[in-house]
Amino acid sequence: MSRQYPYFSLMGESAILIEFEPKISEKTLNIVLNCKNSIENKLSKSLVEVNNTYCSLLVIYRYTIENVYDEVLALKACISEANIGKNNNSHLYHIPVCYDEHFGLDLRLLASKNNLSISEIIELHTAPIYTVFFTGFLPGFLYLGGLDKKLIISRKSTPRMKVEKGAVGVGEKQTGIYPKSSPGGWQIIGNSPVEFFDKNSLPPSKFVAGDRVKFYAVSMEEYLQISSEISCGKFQLKSEKYAS
Amino acid sequence: MQAKIKVLHPGFYSSIQDLGRFGFRKYGVPQSGVMDSYSAKMANLLLNNSEEKPVLEITQMGPKLEFSEASKIAICGAFINPKINQNPVFNNQVIHVKKGDVLSFGKLELGCRTYLAISGGFICETVLKSASWYEGITDQFRLQKGNELFFNSNSNIQTIKNSGLKVKTAYLQELVVPVFKGPEFYLLSESQQKQLQVASFTIDQSNNRMAVQLQESLANTLNPIITGPVIPGTVQLTPSGNLLVLMRDCQTTGGYPRILQLSEDGINILSQKYVGNRIKFGLTNI
Repeated sequence: MSRQYPYFSLMGESAILIEFEPKISEKTLNIVLNCKNSIENKLSKSLVEVNNTYCSLLVIYRYTIENVYDEVLALKACISEANIGKNNNSHLYHIPVCYDEHFGLDLRLLASKNNLSISEIIELHTAPIYTVFFTGFLPGFLYLGGLDKKLIISRKSTPRMKVEKGAVGVGEKQTGIYPKSSPGGWQIIGNSPVEFFDKNSLPPSKFVAGDRVKFYAVSMEEYLQISSEISCGKFQLKSEKYAS
Repeated sequence: MQAKIKVLHPGFYSSIQDLGRFGFRKYGVPQSGVMDSYSAKMANLLLNNSEEKPVLEITQMGPKLEFSEASKIAICGAFINPKINQNPVFNNQVIHVKKGDVLSFGKLELGCRTYLAISGGFICETVLKSASWYEGITDQFRLQKGNELFFNSNSNIQTIKNSGLKVKTAYLQELVVPVFKGPEFYLLSESQQKQLQVASFTIDQSNNRMAVQLQESLANTLNPIITGPVIPGTVQLTPSGNLLVLMRDCQTTGGYPRILQLSEDGINILSQKYVGNRIKFGLTNI
């Protein structure tokens, strides 16, 4: 059952799946993203897009693949020439989050289960620089890695029918923001006024795989202030170049 | 001149779709687009439209539509006894409609989804480079009573050279859905692999543009996978052993083992099935 990675297989008639070692890690993500860059640079004319997840790339072609062998050879060449090293094209975004109990419906639950005070939760959640592994589940939903172990908690056994837009949640080893209201099973600890997806912009989201995110706590007053700035287009999300 | 179609009755589930929204999966945006791409393309081609023009996808029970101007239309896919002002018309041919005509449908006889194309194509809002309706992306996601659909009434003057096009219909009753092995197929036991190839499966009532669930289950001994890419046609094996065939509106990533992958023809065949219909998987080894 053991496989040699990267492993190539056809997925449908016009996509090739490349599987890397099945691991969730920054190192694997870096390899995946560097290979993705190389494929995008060299084969862009043939491709609709290349998607990454934790340890896979899906290469989607504009046409039905006639000769898998040739396409795989071309992909292998891209991978062997990929510059596995530093990634200098990423951004670090600073995301305001209001951890008021008005939003943080599960703050008390998390505090009692994990034996923390609410201010300790906020400190632990705002300290790390999180990595954007990819976007999935919902348009604009970022899969973030880097949650502090002390904040690990199981998902709700019965998901909420409606989690508010902007809700910041934790569940197992993950944390993230709901870009629109939806059903959801994560424990909710706050809310961010930032728009993570705008269907009327191209691109519809500024966050891409490999970017970094850091949360900072804002009061309810600041939250409302930022919300009104966002609705009239005045709010500028703080960001800087980030070299991993 | 811009003319319109007034929706007198929306039918069961109708939506505007083109061939899909491409290039935005990286932002978590589903592909969407017509469920049965063969029939939708044929409906456009009969009218000399380019195949990617938006069409109205109609599911099981047809809508009632009033045309404000004359035009030419074509209906391909499921046969739902279409009528113009109570007079029967047929699938797979050019139909002339006059100002004030009402298109309605009767009993579903064959297939599940039918496609209404109009000469020149529907004129509609595009979001992220596609006209396909999807909740959360387009303002509308399902046809409602009182809606208006727009078309160009000038675009139907030219003679139609494709009107003799022969449209295949046998696939509407096809039992066998062509599939390839999915990325996790190799993890299944030999008997599970065999069962997938010999058993027949029944369409569950839980079936829509996002996914079609099958009633028969398969003993699931596999662990969840690290969340990976899924595409329309991916067959997932859920922890309770259900087979979930992802369709055009599916999410972009998933954590259940992907045991099979439908071909494009396979997706088209399955799109024409509804609850209670049976299918078998026809595995192509590549």
